[in-house]
Amino acid sequence: MSEQLPAFIIVAPLIGACLIFIAGFTRRGLCYPLAMVSMVVALGSSIGVLHQVLVDGPLIYKLGGWDPPWGIVYNVDALNALVLAVVAAVALVNLVASRQFIDAQPFYRIGAFYALYILAVTGLMGMVITGDVFNLYVLLEIASLTGYALVAMGDDRAPLSALNYVLVGTIGASFYLLGVGFLYAMTGSLNMVDIAQRLPGLYGSTAVFAAFVMIMVGIWFKAAFFPLHSWLPNAYTYAPPPSAGLLAPLMTKVMIYVMIRMMLTVFTPAYSFSFGLLNQVVVWLAVIAIVAGAIMALAAKDFKRLLAYIIVSEVGYMVGGAWLGNRLGMTGSMLHLVNDAAMTLCVFLAAAALSFRLKDTKLTSFQGLFKTMPFTMGALVIGGLSIIGVPPTCGFFSKWYLISAGIQAGAWGYIAALLFSSLVNLILFFKIFEIAYFEPFSAHGHGHDNGGHGQVSALAVREAPAQVVVPLVVTAIGLVVLGLYSKELVAGVIDLGLPLGLK
Amino acid sequence: MEHSVNSIVPLLAVLVSIAVVPGLASARWPNVREGFTFAAGVIKLLLVISLVPAVLAGQVVLCHVVEVLPGVAIALKVDALGLIFALVASILWIVTSAYSIGYMRGLDEHSQTRYYSFFALALSATIGVAFSANLLTLYLFYEMLSLSTWPLVTHHQDREARSSGRKYLLYIVGSSIGLLLPAVLITYGLAGTGEFSAAGVLAGKAPYWLVLVLMLMYVFGLAKAGVMPLHSWLPAAMVAPTPVSALLHAVAVVKVGVFSIVRVLTGIFGVGLLAEMDLGLVLGYIASFTVIVASLIALSQDELKRRLAFSTIGQLSYIILGLSLLVPIGVTGGVLHIVMHAFGKITLFFCAGAIFVATGRKYISQMNGLGRRMPLTLTAFLVGSLSVIGLPPAGGFISKWFLLVGTMDAHRVVFMVVLLVSSLLNAAYFLPIVYRGFFKKATEPEFQMGFKEAPSWCLAPLLITAFCSLLLFFYPQPFLRLTQIAVAGLFGG
Repeated sequence: MSEQLPAFIIVAPLIGACLIFIAGFTRRGLCYPLAMVSMVVALGSSIGVLHQVLVDGPLIYKLGGWDPPWGIVYNVDALNALVLAVVAAVALVNLVASRQFIDAQPFYRIGAFYALYILAVTGLMGMVITGDVFNLYVLLEIASLTGYALVAMGDDRAPLSALNYVLVGTIGASFYLLGVGFLYAMTGSLNMVDIAQRLPGLYGSTAVFAAFVMIMVGIWFKAAFFPLHSWLPNAYTYAPPPSAGLLAPLMTKVMIYVMIRMMLTVFTPAYSFSFGLLNQVVVWLAVIAIVAGAIMALAAKDFKRLLAYIIVSEVGYMVGGAWLGNRLGMTGSMLHLVNDAAMTLCVFLAAAALSFRLKDTKLTSFQGLFKTMPFTMGALVIGGLSIIGVPPTCGFFSKWYLISAGIQAGAWGYIAALLFSSLVNLILFFKIFEIAYFEPFSAHGHGHDNGGHGQVSALAVREAPAQVVVPLVVTAIGLVVLGLYSKELVAGVIDLGLPLGLK
Repeated sequence: MEHSVNSIVPLLAVLVSIAVVPGLASARWPNVREGFTFAAGVIKLLLVISLVPAVLAGQVVLCHVVEVLPGVAIALKVDALGLIFALVASILWIVTSAYSIGYMRGLDEHSQTRYYSFFALALSATIGVAFSANLLTLYLFYEMLSLSTWPLVTHHQDREARSSGRKYLLYIVGSSIGLLLPAVLITYGLAGTGEFSAAGVLAGKAPYWLVLVLMLMYVFGLAKAGVMPLHSWLPAAMVAPTPVSALLHAVAVVKVGVFSIVRVLTGIFGVGLLAEMDLGLVLGYIASFTVIVASLIALSQDELKRRLAFSTIGQLSYIILGLSLLVPIGVTGGVLHIVMHAFGKITLFFCAGAIFVATGRKYISQMNGLGRRMPLTLTAFLVGSLSVIGLPPAGGFISKWFLLVGTMDAHRVVFMVVLLVSSLLNAAYFLPIVYRGFFKKATEPEFQMGFKEAPSWCLAPLLITAFCSLLLFFYPQPFLRLTQIAVAGLFGG
């Protein structure tokens, strides 16, 4: 039984999604329980697999018993076991928070919404677990296509944003597929481990280099690495809260993991870090991404758009960390991947909670929120502090590794960018807190300066539904817990998954 | 090798004020709420006092909380230096709590629950800094203090308070993210550890220029110390209610800044390394510049609290100047000045607040003849002034004496001149206020109505701290003994 766990991670949500789709036509009440069951099974199996990997070392699961390199295999090591658990946990928490919203949709959408949601999770987890570069492409398309649809479920401008996402996303996927084609032409294999064994003889080949670059560019499209990010801000601003809560924390992070996997497993550090100039160029691109994301976030007037640009910055953190070419940087990148998934979930759940009580998420309509929605704002404070990087929240500790790695590599531009972005995040979040805490508020929405001594009009607490607020508060507490367990994550998990040769 | 004991008491001393925050928030009755504050203050003080005997006996109390990264822990360590600061902060918190009641109720301020909650948080962070055993822990509590004092600065919520709050946050957190954090990480990268020890951890690990750069990053990154040019958050922060200015911007926040500088320079660099590289001179000139310029600016300020703020900026650099001498007597003077200045300056701020509560006057030019109406307050103001100027019979004389002897001991005549000139300037900006109050004819009609002091909740605390300032001159224990232990540890290691 336990040796079949890796299959459960994918099969459970895949079957679940089909059943939900059927239930959407016959018994709509079953959709949510079915979705919950498939996510709980996926999370349970992920944690089980993580435990197995930590105890027994990396494991190989042959799908259908076919031997590699012909059959599809799942290669699970400490790194992707960790990412699997993160994806499943984030998706589960967000699912709980999404019910209220999804069940309020028109009846014909409910089944489709849940089915797409679970299918997207299947795609994301499949990309993480698979050991086959073509299989990864298929799962990437599953995750993307469902992602487009999930974004389009919003109103007004969502369909147009989704269309933009489709166009840009397809270009990215094509790049990736082209790269895989080149690799297949050169090595005759699609299995990651197999390719890695055949490549060393071909390291000088231009075609392999082209494959490497095209695969990276493809991944960067999907990961919204500036300047390939154009799909992201609109998609995450206009997506409905359940979709934004799923895709914003996970899509870019899973793509970062795929990038790291390509660098470490397929091409191996010996190849990935052998181009001095390329590495430096990518790190400088990351610097530009971090700074550009921060500046665009400063200009944002809408809360969700601001969060979306913060993601663009964070992607720069992780790409830069991974490309610094040292062990600290890779550790920081992986740790930040986990932390950023949690932080992004926290702030997007806060946005979801706000959207229940505010007619829009413009920053100017935030007055008095600390009085009316204390729990939501409290959680947002913790999420904000984590994104700024204030200890003991988790965001501080991954930044610690990233900056240390930058110091070790002498990448001063990267360090400066990280510090700049931390400062900008400080300004962004405290701008929000200032409006929500201190700006004068009146029930009619017209602010007046009361000089500080007049009694602020008594505002009643009007929190979002408990189904949203409870997962939000749990996530916020999780940010601190995650921070305090950074050592366990780094020494006990991430370090085991990094190749020994990476110094 | 110093004897050490493990104990959870330091952690409790840090956490006790956080523990009362829920009690504060749920209290609908002000008396219950303030009762919680007092209870927390008293428990905190008792916990801190309970650590005194062990430290006086030459022990160090350790408390390992959690190892967050491999080899990097959140840990507390109580030694003489930290204990001095913790004692000052926790004694003055209780006094300030009493004063807060008088001030906040006297002015019928809004959002008092928020005020007391963040005050408690800020005190936790202050004690946390005092007891930090390594750089990570120090950074953690330092940031916690920056963030928890922001709502206090912005308390009035009007446009001016909000923009001052922004300035405050940007200066303090901006410098700590921009300079302190990279300095901390470079230190960990070079030394592999950030534990404070008398020998320092950087000796032999870095070339001269890097040590110099790191020292500047720490001195300016810890902007709470108000070293120029990163000082202008402090005058801006004077929009806060006066108890906040008194405890946080004369004692807790600013002293956390200088304390951290002292801690880092002695614990990470080590006195030996600083002397070997002659970095004391650089530090001394930076501090001297701030001392003189701040005193000159203070002369020109008409708003009483702003004058006090600039005076604080100058006095903080005395402490850094004392450290920069790198001789035992000079450092003793610097550390003692943390204590003496705290009692003196908090008295002055309390007086400024009491005058505002009783008469609504903020400007020095409006205070002619004030002495007839508020003689007790103005007498306390005189005592506080004497202490800050460094004249007997006030405590400030002792620390300034040590500082002056230190400059001679270190053969730094320039710095002696700086100290003397600055003392003259201090007298020039404080004593005219007292003169105006007592000897000039009242221009404001209501000052002639006769004796009418501020409410007794305001008056009592300022008389207590003024009395303490005098007491410290005659009986500077246990602070002097603790300082000597601390300094012996710094130079003996």
